Amino acid sequence: MSTPVDETVRLRIGSDADLSAVRLQVRAKAQAAGFGLVQQTKLVTAASELARNTLVHGGGGEMEMSEVAQAGVHGIKLAFTDSGPGIADVEQALADGYTSGNGLGMGLGGARRLVHHFDIDTRSQGTTVTIVSWATTPVDPRAVLR
Amino acid sequence: MSEPDATTQRSAAQSVADVLLRRREQVAQRWAELPLFRTVFTVTRDEAVEAGQSVVDALAVVASSGRPGDLEASGFDPVRVQIGRMSASRSRAGVSVGQVAAEVAALKDAVVDLLKAELEQEPAEIRHEAVLFASELLATLRLVTLETMLDDGQEIIVRQRQQLLEGATPVIKLWEGIVAVPLIGTLDSARSQVVMESLLEAIVAQQAKVVILDITGVSTVDTLVAQHLMKTVASARLMGAECIVSGIRPAIAQTIVQLGIDLGSVITRSSLADALAMALHRIGLRVHSAPDSPPVAGPAAL
Repeated sequence: MSTPVDETVRLRIGSDADLSAVRLQVRAKAQAAGFGLVQQTKLVTAASELARNTLVHGGGGEMEMSEVAQAGVHGIKLAFTDSGPGIADVEQALADGYTSGNGLGMGLGGARRLVHHFDIDTRSQGTTVTIVSWATTPVDPRAVLR
Repeated sequence: MSEPDATTQRSAAQSVADVLLRRREQVAQRWAELPLFRTVFTVTRDEAVEAGQSVVDALAVVASSGRPGDLEASGFDPVRVQIGRMSASRSRAGVSVGQVAAEVAALKDAVVDLLKAELEQEPAEIRHEAVLFASELLATLRLVTLETMLDDGQEIIVRQRQQLLEGATPVIKLWEGIVAVPLIGTLDSARSQVVMESLLEAIVAQQAKVVILDITGVSTVDTLVAQHLMKTVASARLMGAECIVSGIRPAIAQTIVQLGIDLGSVITRSSLADALAMALHRIGLRVHSAPDSPPVAGPAAL
């Protein structure tokens, strides 16, 4: 698995203003890690979706951000954790158009398509969604999923 | 150390209040030398002394109430505005909140010195109790000052947030029947509500037939932003105006597609210029270069 190359940053997610902070920090980090504009935008958008899920469905939580490296390629790993009720049916939640609120129902599945690695760990005491995005698209995508 | 009994505490409160009133002038004179007063009241020294006196008076009132730790004590009320002005003046001078707190803490020495001198004849226990009481009183003054500064900061934040909401959503008339809204920053629910309202009002006021929503300045388009955009487009349509979303950058376009958002029902253009060209076309106007003037660079001819 990828190795962290610097310290983990923790951001609280408790309000709309925190969502802005998440976007700003993730963008700054992605720029620093050498992400191109498209990769930056994708990662920031995915982070925005997941942070909003943490806030709206999980009742708030936090995001852990760290830079990772694998075979000389830099990436960013984000973990969104809440202590909400958990997701009852992950497959359904990931399906496009499914929403438990009044959103578009594209957030979770859309976020998964925007990043290279996506993982959900959900239980009744809370949910953690972990994503990893690389500065350049890896040659063998399966190497990243492992 | 044993708990002081109620009587000792009461007499400590009383003696501090007495000393403050009796030596009001001296305390204020010493305070006038300190940075907090000296740097704020720069015109005359009398002004600084006078300000100091009103703070001493307030402290004396709070002291005689016997609750030196009470932040909400009504005794502080007469000086709250003055403290606010002083701390605001200090922060304008670039002094940090922590530094102002330290400057207020520096007021203690003058009071304690005078208190010790005045109570020299009293038993050590009373003297000790009085000094403790005065320390707590001045610590409370420091908290009152900090609270004032934080309240001011909070007020500024609320005011600026309001200004951002209103100021960042101008509706611009581009042509007879064409209005544009340049969106900037974050399009959260509160912002999009303001955008929607001012846009719908402008459609009526300007009798607009075409509306251009320019998102060049929106850094992130996620599903919520997209949803807000679609709702705005739908409501403008209900008012009889056609909507064009412009300013879609390449990175945003790719992200929207991968996110899975279907903007198929919305007319989009990459630049505001393209959107304007299209809007003019929709209201039946054409842009021509005048035959006798050289052609200027601009949107492609329609």
